[in-house]
Amino acid sequence: MSTPDYGELSINGLWKNNPAIVQLLGLCPLLAVTGSVVNALGLGIATCFVLVTSNTAVSLIRNVTSDAVRLPTFVMIIAAAVTCIELLMQAYSYELYEILGIFLPLITTNCVILGRADGFARKNPVLPAMYDGFIMGVGFTLILLLLGALRELSGTGAVFANMDLLFGPSATQWEIVLFDDYQPFLLAILPPGAFIFTGLIIALKNVIDDSMHRRAAARAAPVETGSKRVRVTGTVS
Amino acid sequence: MSLLVVTSPHAHGPMSTSGVMRTVLLATVPGIAALSYYFGAGVIINILFGGLVAILCEALALSLRRQALKPFLTDYSALVTSTLLCIALPPYAPWWLLVVGVSFSILVAKHLYGGLGYNPFNPAMVGYVVLLISFPLQMSTWTTPLGIAENVPGFMEALRACFNPSSFDAQTMATPLDILRQNNGMLLSDLYASNPQFGAFQGVGWAGVNLAFLLGGLFLLYKRVFTWHAPVAMLLTLSLCALMFYDEGSSASGGSPLFHLFSGATMFGAFFILTDPVSSAVSNRGRLVFGALIGLLLYTIRVRGNYPDALAFAVLIANFAAPFIDNYTQPKVYGHREGPKA
Repeated sequence: MSTPDYGELSINGLWKNNPAIVQLLGLCPLLAVTGSVVNALGLGIATCFVLVTSNTAVSLIRNVTSDAVRLPTFVMIIAAAVTCIELLMQAYSYELYEILGIFLPLITTNCVILGRADGFARKNPVLPAMYDGFIMGVGFTLILLLLGALRELSGTGAVFANMDLLFGPSATQWEIVLFDDYQPFLLAILPPGAFIFTGLIIALKNVIDDSMHRRAAARAAPVETGSKRVRVTGTVS
Repeated sequence: MSLLVVTSPHAHGPMSTSGVMRTVLLATVPGIAALSYYFGAGVIINILFGGLVAILCEALALSLRRQALKPFLTDYSALVTSTLLCIALPPYAPWWLLVVGVSFSILVAKHLYGGLGYNPFNPAMVGYVVLLISFPLQMSTWTTPLGIAENVPGFMEALRACFNPSSFDAQTMATPLDILRQNNGMLLSDLYASNPQFGAFQGVGWAGVNLAFLLGGLFLLYKRVFTWHAPVAMLLTLSLCALMFYDEGSSASGGSPLFHLFSGATMFGAFFILTDPVSSAVSNRGRLVFGALIGLLLYTIRVRGNYPDALAFAVLIANFAAPFIDNYTQPKVYGHREGPKA
């Protein structure tokens, strides 16, 4: 396999092959913990860390694992990385660790991670594998953040509440209240809200893709003067 | 001379979409009149403002989808959706409640699924459930009906309630359905005697409202806007369930059949919501099953659930089941033997 192009990797991870809205992998945490920005960011960072670590480790041992045992091996590596991040979060942001609860250990079963390990890191050298894990994690985190911000804003009328759970006491001031006297819109916070907003984000991405395709198609294929039309007599003037 | 060859059947439906929709709107008039007689002008403000929001949302969705505005805006379908939703909402709802509910009905429940004729769920009921889940407090406050209260709010007061909710102060009261659900060990006769809401016949105001909607529904039936199957199946099933668990008015009684027939949204649902041609089952046999399913769910959620009324949930669950019901109730083609079920 030829050396992958870092620019292409970035576009893939962030847009064209985004794990959350194109591959639709890891929907469980995507739907479960995006009720607020701080939860989304916490889980996004944890997932990103696990992706980078597991991709690097898998790439390092790619030449010594046989195909028959590769999946159990990968899962062991991922589980080890998840345990690390779980202990780290327990140490440094205990409250957030409590809030995320079962969804932290569940990162192990997040299909994005096993998918990247088996689909990319297994076949590529360490540096590209590490970069791929990082950019996929960033793509995933960005969607989590967007979803968290949308749901928190429409659900409570404010964003960035409780950011001190992740960034220390100085972050208590970060909360932006957009509407005073806002009636909490419970649907956005409840699980159905996650489904609805994820659907809307995917639809928005498809609309943008569509219009870009149409514009690219319009720009390409200029008709040369003098060329013949298909099944039509005469020439283009 | 026309040389166009047309095959049978040659009969054609005399009603256009806009004709049907106009008839449905006309048939809601008695119900709306009864609601505003017993609960004041709030429902009228709801309907007027909701209709305005509905038309704006419809125009927005149509222009986003690059469809022709005029044929769809003049077929009254958006108005019917918003009117049905606004009838179901409590009167004196604040303006933002109406905006959220109506725009969700039109934009998400109708247009995201493909527009008129493609929505698998009844848009008005989707809007209602969204509001009920999101704003339980505002969705379960009903003002005291005429007959218990001295008088009901007028038009100006209703306007103020809608656009400046904090300045509006009205007397509210638990509905008969609420009282029955929260009954804690009282015989039904004692319950009726100790709560003025029940009045002489099955709930002050509610019986009149249900009778008015029954009248409008019979008018639609006479006009052949829908067939009798779904409403009759629903009302029969509901009565049957109520009869089975009536328990002669003991403290564990679920309420008498008459009480259930003339409480909450029963008649409104039976004739105006179940009969939505898009989201219900299509064959007559299928509509019998569809209606019966809603009657059963309505009774169960009403008595066992924790919501003001159960119609919206019952209808949405039955909407889910409609394609399944259709699959098993497909009429056989004339002259053919019944094929194997898929």
